[in-house]
Amino acid sequence: MSAAEAIQSPVQWHSTFGRRLLKRPLAVSCLAFLVVVGLVGVIAPIALPGIETQHAGNLLQVNQAPSWDHLLGTDQLGRDVLQRLLVGTRVTIVGVLEAVVVLVGIGVPVGLAAGYLGGSFDRVAMWVVDLAFSIPGIIIVILVLSLYPENMPAAMVTLGVLLAPLIVRVTRSATLQIRDAPYIDAARVSGLSGAFIVSRHVLPRVSGAVIVQVSFLAAVALGAQAGLAFLNLLVPAPAPSWGGMVQDGTNVLLIHPWLIWPPGMAIALTMLAFSLLGDVARDVSTELWSPSSTPKKRGRRSAPKRFAAVPQVETSSLLSVQGLCISFDSQAGPVLAVDDVSIDINAGEVVGVVGESGCGKSLTLAAILGLLPGNGQITGGRIDFEGRDLVHLSERELRGIRGKQIALIAQDAMSGLDPCLRIGVQLEELIRRHTGNGRRLARRRAVELLAEVHLANPEQVARSYAHQLSGGMAQRVAIARALAGEPSLLLADEPTTALDVTIQAEILDLLRELSSTRGMAVLLVSHDWGVIADVCERVFVMYSGEVVEHAAAMPIYRSPLHPYTKALLLADPRDSDRGQALNSIGGTVPHPGEWPVGCRFQARCGIAVSRCAESKVRLTNLPDGRSTRCLRVEEMQA
Amino acid sequence: MAPSLVAGPTGKVVARRLGFALILLLVVSVLSFVLESLTPGNAALEILGTNATRAQYVALDKKLGLDLPIYQQYFNWLKAAIGGDLGTSVYSGQPVAHQIAQRLPVSLSLVIGALLASSVIGIGIGVISAVRGRAIGRGVDVLALIGFVLPSFWIAAELIVIFAVRLQWLPATGYVPLRTSPTEWLRSLVLPVASLSLFCIAAIAKQTREAMLDVLGSVYVRLARANGASRRSIVFRHGLRNASLPIVTVIGLQAVGLLGGTVFAETVFALPGLGSLLVNSALNHDLPLVQGVTICFTLMIVLINLVVDVAYTWLNPRLRTA
Repeated sequence: MSAAEAIQSPVQWHSTFGRRLLKRPLAVSCLAFLVVVGLVGVIAPIALPGIETQHAGNLLQVNQAPSWDHLLGTDQLGRDVLQRLLVGTRVTIVGVLEAVVVLVGIGVPVGLAAGYLGGSFDRVAMWVVDLAFSIPGIIIVILVLSLYPENMPAAMVTLGVLLAPLIVRVTRSATLQIRDAPYIDAARVSGLSGAFIVSRHVLPRVSGAVIVQVSFLAAVALGAQAGLAFLNLLVPAPAPSWGGMVQDGTNVLLIHPWLIWPPGMAIALTMLAFSLLGDVARDVSTELWSPSSTPKKRGRRSAPKRFAAVPQVETSSLLSVQGLCISFDSQAGPVLAVDDVSIDINAGEVVGVVGESGCGKSLTLAAILGLLPGNGQITGGRIDFEGRDLVHLSERELRGIRGKQIALIAQDAMSGLDPCLRIGVQLEELIRRHTGNGRRLARRRAVELLAEVHLANPEQVARSYAHQLSGGMAQRVAIARALAGEPSLLLADEPTTALDVTIQAEILDLLRELSSTRGMAVLLVSHDWGVIADVCERVFVMYSGEVVEHAAAMPIYRSPLHPYTKALLLADPRDSDRGQALNSIGGTVPHPGEWPVGCRFQARCGIAVSRCAESKVRLTNLPDGRSTRCLRVEEMQA
Repeated sequence: MAPSLVAGPTGKVVARRLGFALILLLVVSVLSFVLESLTPGNAALEILGTNATRAQYVALDKKLGLDLPIYQQYFNWLKAAIGGDLGTSVYSGQPVAHQIAQRLPVSLSLVIGALLASSVIGIGIGVISAVRGRAIGRGVDVLALIGFVLPSFWIAAELIVIFAVRLQWLPATGYVPLRTSPTEWLRSLVLPVASLSLFCIAAIAKQTREAMLDVLGSVYVRLARANGASRRSIVFRHGLRNASLPIVTVIGLQAVGLLGGTVFAETVFALPGLGSLLVNSALNHDLPLVQGVTICFTLMIVLINLVVDVAYTWLNPRLRTA
């Protein structure tokens, strides 16, 4: 919840909810339908007297199909179906109202008290709620009806009591969410009574959640009312009810199958109106709670769009990314997140990519494997790996590359392991797939791999689950898994970020060792300059979706040629003197879509001049093989 | 389902759930007793009708133990119930436990059949809709809505019209015991099971889809993919396995709902099960029988919850190896 939203008066929120709900055509038609049903329930028994007590109609016209005289036909006793349907509306609506009044009357106060007071009242209430969920609702209601025959209020009140726990739960959790909101605290501090605060401030705010649940439960109550009437337990004959009319219809199913349709559709449409109303109310409610959130799209990897082919540059590199562009679809159109990025790495080399979060480093790695999150798409450039452009490979072809030729380890190794499978099983799966070995060989190989990443007790680790490992062990396991296919390139996405400093060093040592013994290239992404300086031979610095500097590790460390690199180096805690205030870079990385014209670092740069904002800054290649995206490179060199 | 009850290794979970079950049974039985004591008239009146003498009522009251205070009546009933004696049906004069035992197989066939059918179909649809994108997902939503708003008894009646009357593929009503003829038994169950399954299928499919989408978007699935796990392994070994907890929860809830559903299916299809027994005894005001069937249904719910909890610990290594 944002601060601005927290300050917003709850009463205002309440009226906004109603107004927004009424803006939805679906909600309006559902409400209109329910109002009509309610009116029919009130008027029909008055306008059509005698129907309720009518035992038989015209016995010469039984089981008739719909006609002008009888719009919905007649039943087995010659009574008009439409008249009975209209008159039977009342008993249905009254039953629903009885249940709803009870479940709101019990559920809302108990839920508010449990959420607002907490403590032992809350515990007892939730315990009773759990108990109530295990009670067979319809069975208990039938028990009640066997004691109080055809007593609808008794049945529907019982049903209301049994359904109330659902309201208790919803009200309680909605109350918990706002119990400690600033305006509630303010009210409490100013000495207002708990009852006043709850009724004035809490109740309006939880009403959205309650309305959603009540409209759903109204549908449930209607279904139960119709069901009990269908079982002849609720409404004494000959009075019509929707459920009872379905029962009448089933008695003559063989000769007059039409008869179950009018009451069946009346039940279904009314339940539909209640549940659709609930659905729309939920949408409106969540919209209000998080106004800025856009609907989450779970995109699949869509076919890359046609874009101008980038000519291949002759290269001896193992992997060569050239002019890579990645964009995401948003409501405002496509937003570029990675812009013309070129990175290369040779066989057996360890190369770093450094930059703050949000610079596009991880996206670049994801693009290499064809695993861009959400609706991300490669919109330009090429990714050459062993003579193939990965950008244009099919999903099937990419599956042949993942793990076998290019593997990935990531930041939080623990959540990167399947929590439900033993470590050994997760390794064996990949070993078998990559090597085609049988189960037994794969099992032995899995233990070997765990030993290769220097896990002290590989057999025991293989039998463990992820939650039984420490963070460092989990990252070793993740590395072992990445080695399963003997890849020639390992992508390491912030592999040490979540770890203690001593463990970090061990993991980096391990990566360096594996790279040299296996001749495996490692592309290491990090925001931590220390990690990069420790192991990398060359470094790419990224900022706002661009590479801003590229050089071998030592020169860039000694004399950075981009103000951003320099600022990053100064902000590295390892280089600061003890007792000195830590340097940090003022400002934040601009989000994709908010990049300025010209140099993207200008707003945070100490040496920016007016021409930095004029046009896109190109990457300048320097004679010593370095490159930088800064107009003031001479000053930087000086 | 109570999450507070599912921590700790299997034994502890079972013990805790059994304690909960005991309390639940006591609550339901006390409830039915108190409700009964509040009603005007009593069993003696039901049995003798209104034409008997006062002395006859008093004598029968004494014989049935109805002259004792309510709590003593309850303890007497409880003692007998623990020994398997749930009293005698006022209407038929048969022991309640005997009638329940006779009809239990019918309801069990129905509930287990519906549970199996809807789990297999529901999980299947859910998985496909999670893997194959939005159109099928929307279809599942529509199916869920239809299954929710169409009453099961109405669906049952319409199924009879279509498959028994028009197409004449299956019998309209009645039950054939498994021992008499396995194929006829199966045929007599198809329509009742179908009438109960539509809603369950939709509910299970919906939950499966949501759980699968959650898992498929998780970090460990992304890493498994990145390191070359096969499609099948992603969907079944990693996906379905990790999605199984919420799926088991919803299946447990559906099982409880199905017990209530037997009341309707057995009435429409004239199956001699516990549901129709409950309705008939309620219509006859046969209180001991209603009470016995209610207790029996509660026991089954307790059992279902127990199975669900054990399944939790079995499916979730964090609970098993904590």
